Amino acid sequence: MRSIQKRLAAFDAAGIRPVAISVDPPEVSRDLVQKAGYTFPILSDPDTTAIKSYDVVHAHAGENGRDIARPAEFLVDSSGTVRWINLTENYWVRARPQQILDAAKLLH
Amino acid sequence: MRTRFLTWQLWIGFLLCVIAFISYPSFFVRFPVTRDFPWANLLLYCVASAFLITGLRRVFSIEGTRRKRILGSILAIMSSLVFAFFIFVVFVFGRQLPASAHAPQVGQKAPEFTLADSNGKSVRLAELISAPLNGKAPTGVLIVFYRGYW
Repeated sequence: MRSIQKRLAAFDAAGIRPVAISVDPPEVSRDLVQKAGYTFPILSDPDTTAIKSYDVVHAHAGENGRDIARPAEFLVDSSGTVRWINLTENYWVRARPQQILDAAKLLH
Repeated sequence: MRTRFLTWQLWIGFLLCVIAFISYPSFFVRFPVTRDFPWANLLLYCVASAFLITGLRRVFSIEGTRRKRILGSILAIMSSLVFAFFIFVVFVFGRQLPASAHAPQVGQKAPEFTLADSNGKSVRLAELISAPLNGKAPTGVLIVFYRGYW
């Protein structure tokens, strides 16, 4: 997310709007926005409704065995169709902004 | 006089091991180049092991006392444990992720959602897709799921 924020101008230019989703309540997201300076929407899914519908639940991986989201990225086009997915196999490895921007070029 | 400083390489080696461990989650994850593969940290461990090996050779030479040999062995073992734990966290524990076999595939409709943003305002995916971005209709929306700061 930090690297996406850094390249936000490039995402803007490509017409791609990033949004982030986690189980964190809005208060925690607000903290994160202030600390990290994120300017794209940070959404809260405390009941894991959206997290479940995208099948990205990481069961019992959170605090007190709570269900949270696994890291995952979906690129959705203007018709609402999924056009690119990244489901990392290793928590420490994430999609690079350039990879996403390259995938976004196919959306035109 | 020389024996007083006999273990400095071992201390440096151990300290470097600890730094190599801590610096990954606290610093090197910020940069994709050092995050995707922790080569910077592995390099630090290499330097650490060079110090440890030199240190061990010194305390186990004729200069070393029994106390220094024990201390050296403890530092070397603790350093090895720190390294083993690092390898476990990055390469074993990091891979413990669900398969997500039923995640929406390319070509499928992205499931709609309505979620609160950081100001508590309700946001729908349909809005994110259609609301103008810099005065133009967006090309797409990038949905990033993350673990959160629990």
